[in-house]
Amino acid sequence: MKVSEIKTVEMDVLVIGGGTGGPLAAVTVKEENPDLDVMLLEKANVKRSGAISMGMDGLNNAIIPGRATPEQYVKEITTANDGIVHQKAVLAYAERSYDMIQKLDSWGVHFQKDETGDYDVKKVHHMGSYVLPMPEGHNVKKILYRRLRRNRVKVENRYQATRLLKDRDGKIAGAFAVNTRTSEPMLIRAKAVIMATGAAGRLGLPTSGYLYGTYENPTNVGDGHAMAYHAGADLANLECYQINPLLKDYNGPACAYVTGPLGGYTANAQGERFIECDYWSGQMMLEFYRELEGGKGPVYLKVDHLAEETIQEIETVLHTNERPSRERFHAGRGTNYREHMLEMHISEVGFCSGHSASGVWINEHGETTVPGLYAAGDMGSVPHSYMLGAFVYGQICGESAARYVGDWNDAPLDDALVAAELERVMAPLNAEDGIPPEQMEYKVRRLVNDYLQPPKVTKKMEIGLSRILQVREDLSKLHARDPHELLRALEVHSIVDCAEMAARASMARKESRWGLYHYSIDYPERDDENWFCHSRLYKGEDGAMCTGTRPVDPYIIPLDDDELSAYQSMRIENTDEVAAE
Amino acid sequence: MPVANHKTTVPVVVDEEKCIADKGCRVCIDVCPLDVLLIDEVTGKAHMHYDECWYCMPCEKDCPTDAVTVNIPYLLS
Repeated sequence: MKVSEIKTVEMDVLVIGGGTGGPLAAVTVKEENPDLDVMLLEKANVKRSGAISMGMDGLNNAIIPGRATPEQYVKEITTANDGIVHQKAVLAYAERSYDMIQKLDSWGVHFQKDETGDYDVKKVHHMGSYVLPMPEGHNVKKILYRRLRRNRVKVENRYQATRLLKDRDGKIAGAFAVNTRTSEPMLIRAKAVIMATGAAGRLGLPTSGYLYGTYENPTNVGDGHAMAYHAGADLANLECYQINPLLKDYNGPACAYVTGPLGGYTANAQGERFIECDYWSGQMMLEFYRELEGGKGPVYLKVDHLAEETIQEIETVLHTNERPSRERFHAGRGTNYREHMLEMHISEVGFCSGHSASGVWINEHGETTVPGLYAAGDMGSVPHSYMLGAFVYGQICGESAARYVGDWNDAPLDDALVAAELERVMAPLNAEDGIPPEQMEYKVRRLVNDYLQPPKVTKKMEIGLSRILQVREDLSKLHARDPHELLRALEVHSIVDCAEMAARASMARKESRWGLYHYSIDYPERDDENWFCHSRLYKGEDGAMCTGTRPVDPYIIPLDDDELSAYQSMRIENTDEVAAE
Repeated sequence: MPVANHKTTVPVVVDEEKCIADKGCRVCIDVCPLDVLLIDEVTGKAHMHYDECWYCMPCEKDCPTDAVTVNIPYLLS
């Protein structure tokens, strides 16, 4: 096939990823200007794609007037993320949070209200109250799908974007994509591109050894991180891994947001509380890790002390939303919330700003460092964003892109780049034999577990990096027997890119920060004098992967010393007293 | 390059009596995020072809005839 034979479509705005932030971005562009042509490209099917394919059980970061203020929220996230925060971007989210809740409410997404009709906000974070349950949250994707149809967004399902295109001036010009069922390539020319491809969730290997038993929807492989990198965009704070407390062997979240407000908590083997606050932070995860390693583990989710009706309420939420196969998992194991504490464990590592801070750098307008390229949701760099953050940054990116396309001048594509991409993409199908994608994926993800997981050790990182680079050499040996295997083979390219990024970013930051997320044995202390900065990872002029730093913008909402250290004292020292309360 | 076939049990089970894929239904195949379900060319019914399951359950929940059951993959069951 020649470049001239590739099917080509022209759009004003291309949105890559139809999960959470992507639909909001696409709908927002159309709301801003109905005359703009908008394509939403989705690797699966927008009806059931992304992190919330089966809905969501609550908002983790709702800023409801009367219960919290945007300023309080910015302080909370600043300290939860150990100070390394672009506050303007967090504030932009916080100021729009309530309007987005009302917009979703008007679309038919229901949130829990109390007897007086106010939103029923719960306290889970260390300082403020931001958790809003959504007991009927199973229908979110259906509601988003209706909005896409109503706003006449052009949806293309089962297309995998593989590389971003730039024009000869270096501005974004669209994307190269491949149909996952036919392997037919497509060129999408676009004046602006919004990426919403989710977390890099297939980086570490779950302890079960099952490649698809990941916390994140395994479609969220890190394609967007890889594409942004190859397009020359900055990535930020990748060493601030996502690591979550989950049920042992089951990839569902366990505790804080659903069971916490109802009286459940994280306990050690003696049934004692050992952390002050179950909100997912690096500091919390470090205490979790210490309890596991320190002889007081395993760590458990404890709800067996609660009343029957409370347990039924917990089960109704956990078994109908987000990860409903949980009920079947417990049935198979013979575990019951009433009778036992439930064993928990630490998830595999990944990149996800939804829970930590790692991702493609964006500012408060959703802009990456490449003109015309925007990023929303778990792949952007705004920390602790969760689902509502994805919606809000989808909206922000949609508004920014709609403004940007207004003053865009047509410029020709670089055909040589397109030809090179066509060759790279089709190579696994064109090969007569070679290494199956599954085998190469297992190998690189096993290396991530062996060498890149915390606690981080420089020597291990160096070995891990050199082994990952050996796998990179093998990418040309990938063999795909059908279009589906080609999809997986191209995902292995992204996984190898992300694994190299994880190693290089972790080696660059010579301190410990974010609790377990970047817990370094060689540099065990936090070093604000030298490392109070974002880290950068980017593609250098010569094509080599480079690291650097970016200063933290002066705070627009200052914190006093008590507020700054609030997440530093997570451990409950005298567990007996607290457990007896 | 020499290769071996690797046998594995898969978690998604389709009841062929109930499945109406042979009449044109494609619901489970459409909604699967991982795209692991295919039509069996002999029976015309849906089945799980690739062992890449997130046990997320849209295939089961959205099936119009309750033909699909999602089990927990053996490795973690």
